[in-house]
Amino acid sequence: MTMSENIKTVKNATCTFCGCVCDDMVLTVDLDEKRITKAKNACVLGRAWFAEHTIGDWPVAMIDGKEVSKEEAIEEAAQTLVKAKFPIIYGLSDTTCEAQRQAVAITDIIKGTIDTTTSVCHGPSGLAFQGVGESTMSLGEVKNRADLVIYWGGNPAASHPRHFTRYTVTPKGMFIPNGKKDRTVVLVDVRKTPSVPVADIFIQLKPGKDFEVLWALRALVKGKKIDASIEEETGVSLATLEDLVDKMKNCRYGVLFFGMGLTMTRGRHFNSGALMALTTDLNEFTHFVAKPVRGHGNVTGADNVVSWQTGYPFGVNFNRGYPRFNPGEFTTVDTLSRGDADAAMFIASDPASNFPKAAIEHMKKIPVISLDTKQTETSKLAHVAFATSTYGINTGGTVYRMDDLPITMRPAFDSPYPDDEEILTAIKKRVQELVWAKQGIKAAVGEARVA
Amino acid sequence: MAVTLRIVNGKLYDPINNIDGKIQDICIEDGRIVESVPDDATRIDAQGMVIMPGGVDIHCHIAGPKVNAARKLQPEDHRRDPHPGTPFTRSGTGGTVPSTFATGYRYATLGYTTAMEAAVTPIGARHTLEEFHDTPVIDKGFYVLLGNNIFLQNLLREGRKEEFRQAVAWWVNSTKAYTVKLVNPGGDEPWKGKKNSNVSDIDEKIDDLSPRQIIEAFITTVNDMGFPHPPHIHCNNLGHSGNYKTTLETMRTAGDQRAHLAHIQFHSYGGELGKNPDSKAAEIIEYVNTHPNITCDVGQVMFGKATIMTADAPLAYVLRGLTDNKWVNVDTECESGCGILPFNYQEHIYMHSLQWAIGLELFLMSEDPWRVILSTDHPNGGSFMHYPKLIKLLMDRGFRKEEISRVNQKAIAKTALPDLDREYTLNEIAIITRAGPAKALGLKHKGHLGPGADADITIYDEMDDKEMMFNAPRYVIKSGKAIIADHEFVGDHIGKLLHITPEYDAKIEEIVQPFFENYYSIEFDNYAVADSYLHDHEIVPTTNQ
Repeated sequence: MTMSENIKTVKNATCTFCGCVCDDMVLTVDLDEKRITKAKNACVLGRAWFAEHTIGDWPVAMIDGKEVSKEEAIEEAAQTLVKAKFPIIYGLSDTTCEAQRQAVAITDIIKGTIDTTTSVCHGPSGLAFQGVGESTMSLGEVKNRADLVIYWGGNPAASHPRHFTRYTVTPKGMFIPNGKKDRTVVLVDVRKTPSVPVADIFIQLKPGKDFEVLWALRALVKGKKIDASIEEETGVSLATLEDLVDKMKNCRYGVLFFGMGLTMTRGRHFNSGALMALTTDLNEFTHFVAKPVRGHGNVTGADNVVSWQTGYPFGVNFNRGYPRFNPGEFTTVDTLSRGDADAAMFIASDPASNFPKAAIEHMKKIPVISLDTKQTETSKLAHVAFATSTYGINTGGTVYRMDDLPITMRPAFDSPYPDDEEILTAIKKRVQELVWAKQGIKAAVGEARVA
Repeated sequence: MAVTLRIVNGKLYDPINNIDGKIQDICIEDGRIVESVPDDATRIDAQGMVIMPGGVDIHCHIAGPKVNAARKLQPEDHRRDPHPGTPFTRSGTGGTVPSTFATGYRYATLGYTTAMEAAVTPIGARHTLEEFHDTPVIDKGFYVLLGNNIFLQNLLREGRKEEFRQAVAWWVNSTKAYTVKLVNPGGDEPWKGKKNSNVSDIDEKIDDLSPRQIIEAFITTVNDMGFPHPPHIHCNNLGHSGNYKTTLETMRTAGDQRAHLAHIQFHSYGGELGKNPDSKAAEIIEYVNTHPNITCDVGQVMFGKATIMTADAPLAYVLRGLTDNKWVNVDTECESGCGILPFNYQEHIYMHSLQWAIGLELFLMSEDPWRVILSTDHPNGGSFMHYPKLIKLLMDRGFRKEEISRVNQKAIAKTALPDLDREYTLNEIAIITRAGPAKALGLKHKGHLGPGADADITIYDEMDDKEMMFNAPRYVIKSGKAIIADHEFVGDHIGKLLHITPEYDAKIEEIVQPFFENYYSIEFDNYAVADSYLHDHEIVPTTNQ
């Protein structure tokens, strides 16, 4: 491949591959080839993300596999959503907040159900948060202050490669002048992972025993006695637990990061809740915080947008004309597996490749609308499929890092494809017209009623 | 086509223009009030109705990171109080922390058309502006938290006053804020860095800097730069017995310069630390009455469900110890702390009844309604949806006496409340809910009905029951557009952002940037909020501009 002369550099660009949302990328862009040739500061995952997102050659819009105009596809999508009795909208974790806002608006207008990938990753942490609250922080606080960093049920070396180096372990901070030397790093997991070498202490527990260990730690923090048989039950000795409690109570600023090894194993929201409660308990002795290590680039934005528009973070239904929240009832795996949904729109997500079989089987029976940057299993079975541009690479807008900090993206090069926000805004406009027509209401009738 | 409207036969309460209950026409064109409109303009007949400027909330918590965390935290708060949509308006959920759409529409249903979010971290400004875009009808702005900003404190420690001034202006510009907010100044570092401790005295030094020095620096700087609204101050020791001394000292620190004291009810307690407080409302209000440079909002407590949400993290932790309820703490790097928890004010509890009574004392002993403004510190003292009931408590002595009889009498005995017979007039209500806050905010186009004013207008049916009256305006007009007519939503409106752009020397960025690179976790170039987040907006000039 020859390098063209038409090269530009984008500084302080944002990588949206994972929840770290590193915003210090220096991208070298070949504008003729329309691709990113170099991503300085990116980790191995980020480099792949930038390298892979080139411009494809599939149609902007298809209906039943045949190329159509964008306008025809928007009309068909709107008609499909308005006709349905129980339409669901799902995905959203890999698109901008601007697009997410339009998706919730559509759901409100069609009285449908909206859900995000949170329901299959840190949904249990969201439920635990509603139960016990959480002491938490922005990642810069960890860099500046944390002298005790604990990871539980996660393998950031593989999933979030820069978590250690940019935010939590190696950086020097305001009160941590020597970086890693000033911190104690603990890793708790059921197996030895590539993250273990970073830790000063590795605690290996038996699979499915997270809750028991967390509850024992809570008891020890509160000065209660724990029997030595805890080792047989959990694989962790009482002495190890006592030592950890001692470190937690005597640190200056402690942090507990937790991953899907905690939230998606036996106990789920009880596990997350136990960890958050432990964090709260520790604040009687010192300053202690916790944070779920979120996966997708803007899943945190999805939580925020759905929460501010509806009051609830995911699994929200508008059938009665106002938002209701009921995970298990309105979450997408459930609405599909039970056969409730009679139409679905999937945005920036590929459930057909990773949902349970029953859910995928039902997807094949109902009209599906998909918006994605690539052809996916989901777009292949879709009745209406839109190809859209990639957020952070072709499209600007807002994403939220895993610690809820919003960041504005700096796109690298233009795409001939429309972005998610554009398509969703057009669908919203058309859906609103169709619903008003059904109700016999003309837009802007409000002005006339004043007299 | 210009939208023109004439409102006839209504009784006007427009204190800024000295109109107190006079029947007079109002003419509207292109979103503003004008002298006259053509005869064929649309008419609203307001016979038997009271007309006021749209309400202005000077202190509430309605958007941004902490508000959204409080929303996520409390599904139980929303599910009993759904907010259905209409063909013209979006749906949402209510409770003490409503969704963004419900917030805007519910303010409108009380006749409020402007509200100021009182505490936003600089790094959370972008989030706040995104939520504002989804908060309909009302115009809005926010106060940016700078009182525990580590970079600014370092400049003060080093005596770099000019750079401090430039940096304050830079931060206000970078975040699109309306003024600066100080919350428990100096208290963050003990909380985050010294094992959850706190500052307890305005002259206590934390690493060689006292809260008083911080307060003084902000008051001087902001007054010097001529912000339309002075520093908005949440004093140290909120909620603690004996804190009235800190409050008085904070006001004294201002000298004769302008300062706004937030929710002073929470800062008017006598007694000894660790014991039940008594009321020092008389001492606090006496100082306010005699010092025209001070404005304040009351922060009235209303019984029932509330949500504590504050940048005063140590306070939230103290309250958490009382309730044992779920609790949220959020540390924001270099900028702020934050605490959130559900709360319930109960009539039988001494402390809660005392707080309720102190708020009413402050209102009833205020000699200048222009400077003692109605607020509940929503949702800390209770939801803004309590405003109509609070207005009735102020306007109706008989109702107040009944309510006093229902609360903890030991608390009432510690106050002067039973002896206060004053009843607010409609004109005074118009002052404490619209004209006063508009003036204190320096919003020249708001809070009145004279030509040139924004056509933000509320029309109430005149009723004896003032709670009922203020709960359901018949018409609400925002920027000249009917939003509510005959009690029903007939239109929608996005509302605009109100912000300021004080001048600064761009060289300050060269000093701020190295600090960022060392201690923040996002890039300096990605920090300032872009204009694309403004949607509709208005820059309110400083007196130097």
